[in-house]
Amino acid sequence: MKRSNRPIFWSLFGAGGMLSALVGPMLIFITGIAVPLGFLLPRDTMSYERVLAFAQNGFGKLAIFVVIGGFLFHGLHRIYHCLHEVGLPLGHGWMAVFHGLAALGTLVALYLLIVIG
Amino acid sequence: MNATNGKVIAIECLRYDPQTDDAPHYETYQVPFTDDMSVLQGLQYIKDHLDGSLTFRWSCRMAICGSCGGMVNGVPRLSCETFLRDFYPEGLRVEPLTHFPIQRDLAVDQTDFLVKLRSIKPYIIPEAPKPVTEGTFLQTPQQMDEYYQYSQCINCLLCYAACPQYGLDREFTGPGALALLHRYNADSRDAGKAERMELVNADEGVWGCTLVSYCSEVCPKSIDPARAVNQNKVESTKDYFLRFVAPRRNG
Amino acid sequence: MKTYTRTMNGWWRRNPFYLWYTLREWSSFFLTAYALVLLFGLARLAEGAAQYEAWRASLASPGAVIFHAAAALIVLYHAWTWFKVMHKTLPFLRIGARRVPDSAIFAAGVASSVVLSLLLLWGFA
Ligand code: SF4
Ligand code: FES
Repeated sequence: MKRSNRPIFWSLFGAGGMLSALVGPMLIFITGIAVPLGFLLPRDTMSYERVLAFAQNGFGKLAIFVVIGGFLFHGLHRIYHCLHEVGLPLGHGWMAVFHGLAALGTLVALYLLIVIG
Repeated sequence: MNATNGKVIAIECLRYDPQTDDAPHYETYQVPFTDDMSVLQGLQYIKDHLDGSLTFRWSCRMAICGSCGGMVNGVPRLSCETFLRDFYPEGLRVEPLTHFPIQRDLAVDQTDFLVKLRSIKPYIIPEAPKPVTEGTFLQTPQQMDEYYQYSQCINCLLCYAACPQYGLDREFTGPGALALLHRYNADSRDAGKAERMELVNADEGVWGCTLVSYCSEVCPKSIDPARAVNQNKVESTKDYFLRFVAPRRNG
Repeated sequence: MKTYTRTMNGWWRRNPFYLWYTLREWSSFFLTAYALVLLFGLARLAEGAAQYEAWRASLASPGAVIFHAAAALIVLYHAWTWFKVMHKTLPFLRIGARRVPDSAIFAAGVASSVVLSLLLLWGFA
């Protein structure tokens, strides 16, 4: 039998899943509800200057990269299974497409974090 | 045993006769019952008194042989430890274990499972043969605890009927066989892990699982097959990456 | 031998357990969409202040807020289920001779999530 390459993607899926389970709900609440509505946190928490400074700092870059990459690898892996489960004829080979999209999004994030300086 | 208190329950059975039917249909039987009667006894009543052609498997009547599994109101159950009184007065629907081909009425074709069971090498493979004269293998309670729960499997296949991934892809080795695979890998007397890892590592091995975990929910022996499968995802991941670092011992 | 094989059509509707499972799995659409929102914001940030402010304003639109509220809830459900099954991926953990109960592993997961979430809130403030 052929050894599966799933350990690579399962690890990324698991890392993203763990990260999103630990901080996902709160992060979505903060950036999507609290800050835009000025509820609990002031609106300028995510002002241009503050967020730019965060994205230019090493720790901030790492955090943004890990969140976007982790969520994408977790999410797209599961989306593949969702589509397979509702009956779309997506064989094992199709998984590479979904992992490829996740990798693409992660590389775009990396590129942006580099050009931001 | 014959005092039924006048209670009668409707049992709706899936019927399929391969010689005359192209597709299954349902038939409903009115069965007088007592509170201590199992679904299996209800089926036996039908066979003895209402329709002798109804086909189903059973043997021990005490949740040990694993042959009486079926879907009761859509849930995989052992019919010998499921009671009619719990479905009164609404009645119940009994179907063969889902995801398996129906041979006739409530009997399914288990061949696929039996082939998979063989493929996991369900026996202890010792490091070196040990003649009886040298005594028995010793094991601490903790070593035994590592595999004991997984050794309780009765091959009833309820977990396969619970597993949508098996239903969607019959190549998947499935919960029961993988739990038994782990049962041997986790046994301190066994040295066959490297041989079994080949299956674990394949797409058909543990990677067909998405941790639905309904298998663990329905298992009548609380084996938690989902745990055996997912522990082995970690094992397989270690095996995948560590082979670049350290060569395997006996593979 | 002739046999009859049933289809898998609509299998996720056959049992409440499968519905909850499907909800868990479909949380991935929301999580992926959220990652794309962030990626988009990062791109706007790299483009300059005006573009970034436009992205920020769009986040305050009712549609965006409703999306984030739904995403937060469904990802919260994902988190709950993630910790619920976490013990299944671990070998038996022991303290002395006793096995750590599955419920303790679940509790540890939930507790770390609460602590990290509060730290995150504090970090933003
Ligand atoms: S693991 Fe449980 S449900 Fe599956 S075959 Fe064994 S006893 Fe039956
Ligand atoms: S008849 Fe043996 S398990 Fe039910």
